[in-house]
Amino acid sequence: MIVIQVIVEGLLLGGVYALFSSGLTLIWGMMNFVNFAHGEFVMLGMFAAFLTMTWVAGGPVLFTIVAAASLFVLGVVVYFALIRYVLDGPIIGQILSTFGLALFLRYAAFFVFSANFVTLPDTYLSGTENVLGIYVSIPKLVGGVVGVLLTIGLHLLLTRTAVGSRILAVAENRDAAMLMGIRPDRMQALAWGLSAALTGVAGAMIAMYYPISYGVGESLALIAFVVVSLGGFGSVPGALLAGILIGVIESLSAYYFGPAFKDVVVYALFVAILWVRPQGLLGTA
Amino acid sequence: MRKTLMIMVVWLIAGAMTTVYGAGVVKIGQLTPLSGNAAAAGEHEKAAGALAVEIINNKHPELSNLPLAATAGLPNLGGAKLEVVVVDHQGNPSVGQTLTLRLINQDHVVAIEGSYHSSVTFAATAVAERYGIPFVVGDSVAANITQRGFKYTFRVTPIAPTFGQNYMEFLNDMKKAGHSVSTVGVVHENTDYGTSVGEEVAKAATSHGYNVVADIAYNASTTDVSAQVLQLKEKNPDVIIFISYTQDTILYMKTMKSLNYKPKMVIGDDAGFNDPSFIPAVGAITQGVISRSAWAVGKPGSTTYRINEMYKKLTGKPMDDPSARCMEAFFVMADAINRAGSTNPDAIRKALVETNMNSSQVMTGYKGVKFDSSGQNELAATYLIQLQGSDYVTVWPTDRALAPVIWPYKGWQ
Repeated sequence: MIVIQVIVEGLLLGGVYALFSSGLTLIWGMMNFVNFAHGEFVMLGMFAAFLTMTWVAGGPVLFTIVAAASLFVLGVVVYFALIRYVLDGPIIGQILSTFGLALFLRYAAFFVFSANFVTLPDTYLSGTENVLGIYVSIPKLVGGVVGVLLTIGLHLLLTRTAVGSRILAVAENRDAAMLMGIRPDRMQALAWGLSAALTGVAGAMIAMYYPISYGVGESLALIAFVVVSLGGFGSVPGALLAGILIGVIESLSAYYFGPAFKDVVVYALFVAILWVRPQGLLGTA
Repeated sequence: MRKTLMIMVVWLIAGAMTTVYGAGVVKIGQLTPLSGNAAAAGEHEKAAGALAVEIINNKHPELSNLPLAATAGLPNLGGAKLEVVVVDHQGNPSVGQTLTLRLINQDHVVAIEGSYHSSVTFAATAVAERYGIPFVVGDSVAANITQRGFKYTFRVTPIAPTFGQNYMEFLNDMKKAGHSVSTVGVVHENTDYGTSVGEEVAKAATSHGYNVVADIAYNASTTDVSAQVLQLKEKNPDVIIFISYTQDTILYMKTMKSLNYKPKMVIGDDAGFNDPSFIPAVGAITQGVISRSAWAVGKPGSTTYRINEMYKKLTGKPMDDPSARCMEAFFVMADAINRAGSTNPDAIRKALVETNMNSSQVMTGYKGVKFDSSGQNELAATYLIQLQGSDYVTVWPTDRALAPVIWPYKGWQ
């Protein structure tokens, strides 16, 4: 029984991992660009949810929309103010630009919100359901389901719609896409906005059960990178699969070997899988 | 040309000012985490240090039982003022070492207080020892810090074996009161602080005849603790003792609620449980949790009450235990510098060795301050406090209690 509970916890955790990793993989797939400020986007999504709850009340639907919308704007602004200028620069410039952005956002949040931890007040989604003896935390379940749905939605958007095709066309060959009448700047700004908005939703979901502070992005970003490289950089279904896989492995190894060793198991498997499939589970070589 | 001239003039004036100003100033260092996962605690300790220095540098006759409060500055050094150089070690021992070097070689501090994380204190004290600069440990409790025969390390706070002993004495008292307690679970974060205290607590439990059925180590910046809570639920100890920092404490308390798990009692070893973020974040679902504290606000008009009011004015938050112990260390350090009558580190060290404060001269629950040959304060002691409603109240030892113990743990209800 307890093993089933451990697996359920792992699945719920994995859904959320998938959710906050899909934004990262989108940016990579779009423009071979690693966003090191990704964890800070999650953190800002959490604070957006928190501020909505404390200033205007409302519920999870409202604060999730606010988090998504504000992060969308942030993503677009970051693209036009920063990314556009470093895209054609050397790779080290690209890396340092988002790394600098991460530090800027982290310590700006520190300045505004101080170092104290805050938590989201309870909503109608708070609490736990007992399903046949298995405890299911509602916020985690909602987070996991939203994660899976949004990841699938994003995949469909990219593969089944005209906008998606344009985004992918720019990713494939910027110059050719431009010749076909696509404006790469718009598409890439849209990709940044979408990625940030997804990350904002992830932040709002996580905020329902995780303490919020300026430094939270640090703990979360590492997992996002592992999920994305395991799933295959640029692959949205890969992020989903890898997220759930890592969630379950983490829970099981924390239960059987002790929490201090769970990272050892996760990273050992990670290295082993990349050894066999360097492009990641669902990535293309 | 004009610009260069102006810069030179400004530079000269600034230089002259430091010299004049420098004559009446004694510099001390404070090593604390202002970023990283314990940044909140570091901010509060910085404020506590600043408040201690404010009390020492200015006349506060209303706090006259505290050393140097009634007078302005350090009388034996011609009224010299203390100045604190605060540095941020980020919770990282190697950063702590580098910054200790900086404090000694660049800022020329005469003594150092630090540093919240035991792991950082352990590393930083070794540097101070090498340079012969006194290091006064305010609140790091890992036993090994004072077990290396160091001459310049002095620790004011009570340490792990004392706490382990106190927790078991408390549980014994609960047994005498008719509550059944036989098994204990220890959950601790996996750096120096959690490991050493966890070990001492488990040792104390075994020697008092309790069965330690779970001993769980985890990483404090973990994102999920549900597997650990399920493990605890399965082994079902009567009492769980947490040795945890802030973010992880909040996560554990929330996860215990979501997995509907309540042991008979939850004891938190200070740190995260006394962080000012704890009660606003999870106070409503942790009713009856026990923590230790050497700090109690006391009755209106008392010295501790006044200090609490001053601290609230400064930070908007009530004083917490780690900050109070940190502040105590500043008084001990200032008292020694004053008695030394000099800024020579060896004279200050000698004065620290001779420190002898009684319980009326301290702001914490210590029985006084007197260092043994290892540099540990042999008069250090702690209270146990329990979260009842929206505040912690002192519940143990019984002769100091302000309210009776609530048993069992209520949690959320």
